Amino acid sequence: MIDTSCSIAGVAFKNPIVMASGTFGFGKEYGALYDINKLGGLSGKGLTLHLKAGNDGIRVAETASGMLNSVGLENPGVAAFLQEECPRWESLDLARIANLGGNTIEEYVEGARLIDEDAAWRAQAGRQAVDMIELNISCPNVKAGGMAYGINTEIAREVVRQVRGATTLPLVVKLSPNAEDIVGMAVMCQEEGADGVSLINTFSAMKIDIYKRRSMFDNLYAGLSGPAIKPIALRMVHQVCRAVTFPVMGMGGISSTEDIIEFIMAGATVIQVGTHNFVQMRAGEQLVAGLEAFMEQEGISSLDEIRGIL
Amino acid sequence: MATVIANQQVAQGVFKLEAEGQFTGKMGQFYMLRAGERYPLLSRPISIFNISGSRIEFLILEAGEGTAILSALKPGDPLELEGPFGNGFTLPKGKTAFIGGGIGIAPFYYALKEVPEADVYLGFSRESYMVEEFEQAAMGQVTVDVGGVILDQVDFHAYDTIVACGPHPMLHAVQRKQAESGTQAKVYVSLENRMACAIGACLVCSVKCQDGRKKACTDGPVFPAEEVVFQ
Repeated sequence: MIDTSCSIAGVAFKNPIVMASGTFGFGKEYGALYDINKLGGLSGKGLTLHLKAGNDGIRVAETASGMLNSVGLENPGVAAFLQEECPRWESLDLARIANLGGNTIEEYVEGARLIDEDAAWRAQAGRQAVDMIELNISCPNVKAGGMAYGINTEIAREVVRQVRGATTLPLVVKLSPNAEDIVGMAVMCQEEGADGVSLINTFSAMKIDIYKRRSMFDNLYAGLSGPAIKPIALRMVHQVCRAVTFPVMGMGGISSTEDIIEFIMAGATVIQVGTHNFVQMRAGEQLVAGLEAFMEQEGISSLDEIRGIL
Repeated sequence: MATVIANQQVAQGVFKLEAEGQFTGKMGQFYMLRAGERYPLLSRPISIFNISGSRIEFLILEAGEGTAILSALKPGDPLELEGPFGNGFTLPKGKTAFIGGGIGIAPFYYALKEVPEADVYLGFSRESYMVEEFEQAAMGQVTVDVGGVILDQVDFHAYDTIVACGPHPMLHAVQRKQAESGTQAKVYVSLENRMACAIGACLVCSVKCQDGRKKACTDGPVFPAEEVVFQ
């Protein structure tokens, strides 16, 4: 009997496969392609307190084994999410994670407070739509704030502390590989009472249109994701897992069952899949089936047997 | 998964790719094409050029590495197709003009199956292609321009519906001509934005419109010309 289940701060994941923020919308589009309740969880499109139109100009470019994106956190805002997406989220049978970004500490705190208040209101009626908040201090595409909070541990501490104070929902903090000290950042999150960290977000990167002699992206830099970043992501997840005692969500270029196993062996409790959703539209259900087949074949009955073994 | 049955060069850097299989699609819709499991990472959005019986055809312009791989496919090669995606053209009312610029001619060949009486305007920068095929399929006028401005040949007052597909500068010019001419015609543009997911989840194909952001892949690729804010 194979057991793929895991849990983070009391939130149950039927398997460790979670779809990453920004690549999966709010689950509706992929939900029309396959049964997303097979997944361990999904992290919704990054939210900000107010609606955000995102960046102008080209938003995507392929690179060697990866892609650059410059979406710029286009999203409907927290209130619209709670009103329009959460009724559907209530009926989903997987871990539902609201990803929250912001430009100022006040925006982060107000966003978290609204999600928390909504959760309390639904709980009174015995309903639930959001199981966990993933605090995004690492989006590299927002000029004001965004990555600024994800770079320096002491600046990030204030955001994490205040958001922690604004919600009783399980809270994980999504870390940027652009941080000065990603291990110190993760340790800080644990000190401030977060329930875990997820890493890594995209690398700040660049592409130049040599004929137009300008950056391909209006926002100058863009975020690099995909298989190109996987070995670095794995190393960072491994380093962080050795330094903290709370759960880690590992991600960065995961595109196969073998990749998932590597991140679990490095110590991740669950993993997230982003760019690979664009390579194979049904990546989620394929990876769930692939993981079960691998465990059976290798005689692994629980992921605990291999988690953090090196 | 489909199999390539032919891939014929029709002009410098332009190929007609045919694959076997049962495929469906409305005029103006597109498929996501990929020929390798891992590389390139992203599938490429390509308009339906034709579907007949158990074959589907695409016109491929070799614009970068991804389309170069599609251009180099040989009969017997596997081709992964997802689709059809996008809103496609709504059935035009009254006298209709189709305006294609370069590889933007592709969706109109398929559209002629439903609207054979439409007039067709084909503009090319250096070399024309598929003109004979269009002439055979069209019952209306086929006007071709190489190296000039195809829009100059179109009288916007002569039509009830005008649909254009081509590079952004051409579509921007269509929008300006609509405004300047004061035509009563309904004018549509079909955008060729970069895409990743093709189903409306990733927002990389976002289109700036008068009433906010829209998605080229699911809200489009066909939009009323006056709605789009060209940059």
